[in-house]
Amino acid sequence: MAWFTKAPEAPLRVPTEALWNVCKKCGAYTPKDEYAANLKVCPVCGAHGRLSARERIALLADKGSFKEIAADVIAHDPLTFHDAKEAYAEKVAATREKTGIGESIVVGTATLDKIPVVLGAMDFRFMGGSLGSGTGERILQAAETARKLKCPLVLCTASGGARMQEGLVSLMQMAKTCAAIQRLRDEGLLYISVMTDPTTGGVSASFAMVGDLNIAEPKTLIGFAGRRVIETTIKQKLPPEFQTSEYLLEHGFLDKIVARKDLKAYLAKTIRFLTAAK
Amino acid sequence: MATTKKPVAKKPAAKAPAKKPAAKPAAKKPAAKATAKKPAAKPAAAKKATAHTTWDTVQIARHPNRPLLIDYLAAWDPQANELHGDRLVADDPAMFAGLVNIGGERVVLVGHRKGRTTEEKIAYRFGMANPDGYRKAMRIMRLAEKFHLPIVTLVDTSGAFPGLDAEARGQAEAIAKNLADMSVLKAPIVVVVTGEGGSGGALGIAVGDRILMLEHAIYSVISPEGCASILWRDGHMAPQAAEALKLTSDWLKKLGLIDEIIPEPKGGAQNAPAKTIEDVKQAILKAIRELKKIPVEKLVEQRYAKFAAMGRFSD
Repeated sequence: MAWFTKAPEAPLRVPTEALWNVCKKCGAYTPKDEYAANLKVCPVCGAHGRLSARERIALLADKGSFKEIAADVIAHDPLTFHDAKEAYAEKVAATREKTGIGESIVVGTATLDKIPVVLGAMDFRFMGGSLGSGTGERILQAAETARKLKCPLVLCTASGGARMQEGLVSLMQMAKTCAAIQRLRDEGLLYISVMTDPTTGGVSASFAMVGDLNIAEPKTLIGFAGRRVIETTIKQKLPPEFQTSEYLLEHGFLDKIVARKDLKAYLAKTIRFLTAAK
Repeated sequence: MATTKKPVAKKPAAKAPAKKPAAKPAAKKPAAKATAKKPAAKPAAAKKATAHTTWDTVQIARHPNRPLLIDYLAAWDPQANELHGDRLVADDPAMFAGLVNIGGERVVLVGHRKGRTTEEKIAYRFGMANPDGYRKAMRIMRLAEKFHLPIVTLVDTSGAFPGLDAEARGQAEAIAKNLADMSVLKAPIVVVVTGEGGSGGALGIAVGDRILMLEHAIYSVISPEGCASILWRDGHMAPQAAEALKLTSDWLKKLGLIDEIIPEPKGGAQNAPAKTIEDVKQAILKAIRELKKIPVEKLVEQRYAKFAAMGRFSD
């Protein structure tokens, strides 16, 4: 057989993903290293890409200051849940392996521009950042640590909502996290919620929305019900800006939209102002 | 508007119960209700004399003749003093709030209001509240704190309303605020899940000191249909999803998420609404009597400990 009639074993393809980031919003190509240097923000349209929990912590915590707490609290499978395809226990174990974190949030103590804080960051790669029992317990421990240390709590959210594989146990994490944060706030301590893309469902309807300050990154998806669900319920098309951080700011649910490159400095400045921290 | 007792069936249950047996007998429910004898003259939820599946429970929880908030109110206190409005933008009829006398006990009652006639159903948005409803509920619950009254909440909703205005006015914020505020509210709170406990829309008035649940009510993080369409990629797999979600009272009691199951008449509350309404009343009164003995500061501490323990597993 002539070489030109023989089909290649695998389709030929230039592996652009290794070199370029393709913006999900505007489709612009940016060299990977340049994209990373720009904090995963598209230099063309300004879309803020998703950060992993560790990347978010590296962005906000002073170098070497982060000490993880509640690392031993990991996802449980209270229902021995099994869907059409797979068992939840197996899926979560694989996710843990892949992401290198035990739950959809990483929490710990840190300094943020030298201010002692308790810092948490959700990771969308971990089951869509969903709120499981381990996530709830980690948040509760973060809030209680902040209460003990009398320092501010900063939580960065990135989540599709409650984790349905944990059933009602997951729903109750909404009440649990809100209760923990309310106690913190009742003692005069500061809680800042930083919403990043996406913050929806049960997470938006719990600890993400009860900050003393609710901050969000630009063009972040924030909302309770899914766009499709709303469109089928009310039988009309929703405007494109619906459920973006800009939309929420306009409707009075955010204090401020802060670009990623300014986030650390903004948090430091605001915490200093409110708490007179050095 | 309030139809008392024995409402007349206008049509059979919306959805016929699926005839499919549970996919995995391994995940079977822990016994208790193997009695699916056909209740007289009620063809809807009951089916052949087979074991009662989770999907049957879902049908009973949604049964058109199941007692609704309007029926409980009509029986307990026909003179109930309904209070309106969130003092911000609107009064949401899908959420009832008011001052109610239950068996001589003065309580603040809030709850999801579903309708029975088509007009009522539309007016009450099928029991799906807007942010205004959650904010009204919180406002009226604050009265209980101020005047040292117990709070009773009746939970029966498929979920918070997914609408454009609801989002624009902060559905997420309204629910989140209720969760935070109810967790420290200085009043005894008795929650009764009477029908459908649908996700965040249910939880928005369901943080309390005693969580009671009618035997055939359901309480879930997501509807079986929603779960099936995401995880099974097929809404018709709802019976399987319902099974997997363990949304029945016996499972939730085992998981430590509810405190008490109120038994229902054979086949479900729709078979003897008056009896169910009375049983719920007695269960509420008992819970209130117990809670009143606890100093309110201690109550709030216990409430925190209760929710903090949910989803804490040792191993």
